[in-house]
Amino acid sequence: MLGFHGVAGSREAVLGWVLLVVAMIVTLVVSLLVLAGAWRGRTSELLPPQRTGGGLRWIVIGGIIVPTVILAAVFVLTMVTQAAVAAPSAPPTVTVQITGHQWWWEVHYLDRSPSRIAVTANEIHIPVGQPVRFELVTGDVIHSFWIPELGGKTDLIPGQRNVMWLEADSAGVYRGQCGEYCGTQHAKMAMSVIAEPAGKFNQWLVLQRQPAAAPPDPDVAAGERVFASSACALCHTVRGTLAGGRLGPDLTHLAGRRTIAAGMLPNTRGNLAGWIANPQALKPGSLMPVVPLRATELLAVVAFLQSLE
Amino acid sequence: MATTAPAVPAPSLHEKLLRIWETPPGLFGVLATVDHKKIGKRYLATAFLFLLLGGLEAAVMRAQLARPDQHLLTPEAYNQLFSMHGITMIFLYASPILSGFSNYIWPLILGSRDMAFPRLNAFSYWVFLVSGIFLYSSFLIGQAPDRGWFAYAPMTGSTYSPGLNMDFYALGLILLTISTTVGAINFITTLFRLRAPGMSVNRLPIFVWGTLTTSFSMLFALPALTVACVMLYFDRRFGMHFFDASTGGHPMLWQHLFWIFGHPWVYIIVLPAMGLMSDLIPTFCRRPLVGYTYVALATVATGILGFGVWVHHMFSTGLPAMSTDFFSAASMVISIPSAVAVFAWLATIWHGRPVMRTPFLFAAGFIVLFVIGGVSGVVTAAVPFDWQVTDTYFIVAHLHYVLVGINVFPVIAGFYFWLPKMTGRLLDERLGRWNFWTMFIGFNLGFFPMHIAGLLGMPRRVYTYPAGLGWDTVNLISTIGSYLFAIGVLLFLINVFWSLRRGRVAGPNPWDGPTLEWAVSSPPPAYNFALLPTVGSRHPLWEERLNEPGSRSRITEGPALVEGRETLGVSPLDAQANEVLTMPEDSLYPFFLALSLLVTFYGLLTGAWALAIVGGVLVLVMTVGWLWPSAPVEEASP
Repeated sequence: MLGFHGVAGSREAVLGWVLLVVAMIVTLVVSLLVLAGAWRGRTSELLPPQRTGGGLRWIVIGGIIVPTVILAAVFVLTMVTQAAVAAPSAPPTVTVQITGHQWWWEVHYLDRSPSRIAVTANEIHIPVGQPVRFELVTGDVIHSFWIPELGGKTDLIPGQRNVMWLEADSAGVYRGQCGEYCGTQHAKMAMSVIAEPAGKFNQWLVLQRQPAAAPPDPDVAAGERVFASSACALCHTVRGTLAGGRLGPDLTHLAGRRTIAAGMLPNTRGNLAGWIANPQALKPGSLMPVVPLRATELLAVVAFLQSLE
Repeated sequence: MATTAPAVPAPSLHEKLLRIWETPPGLFGVLATVDHKKIGKRYLATAFLFLLLGGLEAAVMRAQLARPDQHLLTPEAYNQLFSMHGITMIFLYASPILSGFSNYIWPLILGSRDMAFPRLNAFSYWVFLVSGIFLYSSFLIGQAPDRGWFAYAPMTGSTYSPGLNMDFYALGLILLTISTTVGAINFITTLFRLRAPGMSVNRLPIFVWGTLTTSFSMLFALPALTVACVMLYFDRRFGMHFFDASTGGHPMLWQHLFWIFGHPWVYIIVLPAMGLMSDLIPTFCRRPLVGYTYVALATVATGILGFGVWVHHMFSTGLPAMSTDFFSAASMVISIPSAVAVFAWLATIWHGRPVMRTPFLFAAGFIVLFVIGGVSGVVTAAVPFDWQVTDTYFIVAHLHYVLVGINVFPVIAGFYFWLPKMTGRLLDERLGRWNFWTMFIGFNLGFFPMHIAGLLGMPRRVYTYPAGLGWDTVNLISTIGSYLFAIGVLLFLINVFWSLRRGRVAGPNPWDGPTLEWAVSSPPPAYNFALLPTVGSRHPLWEERLNEPGSRSRITEGPALVEGRETLGVSPLDAQANEVLTMPEDSLYPFFLALSLLVTFYGLLTGAWALAIVGGVLVLVMTVGWLWPSAPVEEASP
């Protein structure tokens, strides 16, 4: 259900539930009035028309006074909620830039020093109990950044940089999905936010800033060579290797992610191999082409990717 | 009760008027007729066909979504289907079906002989038809519009949409706006000029108020759509950059233009239907509407306020709080006129003696669905909550409660109510009750769970969804419910075809209705009224029995006007007869002008400029031919 694990999201959810309860009461009352009114005066024949007096009071009370009072209360509650979620209680210490792409999410942990900027994709780690600032841009069309359990959505629109914040109040993995129709694979443009204790988060962030470790064995080294010399490297970056493409997700620490292909598949050896062998079968229209690799090359690339802790 | 008897003219007068007004049979008559009743029926049949097509598209989508991770459709096929479903229902069904009722009913209910511009009326229909054909021809080459009916830039630009898909969209809608614009002009002029003498604006049926308000809204809303579509076409075809942020354009320009049109459009496709309900409910409650003035004003107020709420479609685009709050407030305020209407209907039911005929069942069901769609609209007007539910299935549920609840249910009610006037035969009551309950239960079963899917975080416009997110059951229920709803629509069709052959003969006034359309035979003769009536109250056929004070309507006496196609012109507000208007003869020009436009637009679509120029020249020729004076123009006498 929406909302309840985020500081902003909880406020939004409370507002939503109050509104929904009011809405249900109004619906129930009017429905009963329709039923009772139709039942009470019903006849089986078309009687001669008759004008009986009165009835205007229905309109004045039910149509004007009561809705005005309810709506005024609803509007005040809306404004109060909006003011409460407008800004976090403390200035955010972490700023994450999200770049939307058809159909995956590029994630930058911004830092004043360019060398300390960490780059990843589709999985966003945040410290629990701390507000995090999100800057939202897009690399192509309009997308919408949305983690339902933590808070509402904000669009990623060409030509502008939207800003929002989120704060998770308990640790956990929260699924998110693109909220604005963005083309063929809009349905499979998911992501997750992993809220974890600050210490663990900082460890993770330090690791993300580092380049990939040197290959531990010849199989992996062979995979790295295939990766860097095939079409893979045209789109993907693995820092610390020759692969420096910018069109697809940065894979420097891919093995540490839970899923691949924007939250579509668990990050397992089999899924990786299947995805590389034929991404178009799993995600038709995806911008990742089929790269012709021999079976041994494919397995080497998978071994290489699985080494990228 | 002389006034409630239908005006049966003397046989000689009948013959004489028929010779003047009847369209000759044969192909010429089919293509050239300007009879508002024929055009109205065509609108109704064509729009209903589009409802069935849109429904078919929805049925395929619901099959795909019944279970998670299904592969009945490719993502591209699904995206074309949901886009065409929206375009079809919004543009080719919801508005034209109401134009159909208005076209058929207006001259009858207003006590006139035709619309103000009968040829423009025929033209409006033909352009509607060719724009539908144009849009649907995209399926033949597998390139139907696939960017949603809302078509957000920059995904519609040639970079992200290289096929012809969105050219079909942009040009098809431009074509349709031509039809809708001339239709609106025609309704407005008809209302102000072609009423029965005495039918001052405070005596108009609410249905007329609804269509009138809608027509004004169209004139102000449609240019935004037309201009947006022209810009889109220019961006795509000539490499302009209206919506391209990298060269100084902006995608938000599209969103503002589209919703400045789009939200008034929502009211455009519900206000006439609400008006129809405001006239139908009193007929079956055997009393005048409670609070006529309130409801008429509420109708106009809704039309005006409808122009001040468009940003509520854009709360998550990062606009400043000051502007979102203004539109949040406006979106809440606009529900007050709706509440006025709802309580006027409730009061009419409570202070009347309701008869449970099928039209009334649909009207009662409509009130309930209207309220559900209304309150879920207020909920989404609350900005912070909207950030959560916008673009989820909650909105899908909300908009279907609005559009099915406030358009489809009244339309079916309207058919049960007025089809006997058009065909002379009543629909079956028993089948009608089955029809209502199947549609009502099916609709709620299908669409209520979508609220829950949305609250569970399911986004809109997804061709599939993974298992394990709690969305499986609600989606399965939605599919089952929507199929039940579809069966209900089929029951309606069966009832219509059954009634055409076997239905009980309706007679002029099967529901003992109060307004002028019930004073003529069913179906009405080509000339509508043999003797043009004069109106003395809001309820010409009830006024004796209501014993209303003031003057009496005259139905069985009045001018016959047999010098040609003639009808009375009146002053705009007080409806004092001040002119005998000569109406045009049947003509082939409207048909061929529409056809020429189609040729032009196929030329523009494919970039075959020679074809476009040929079409353009044809358009010019047809327009000149249409406007060529057939007789010397006489000086108008004061």
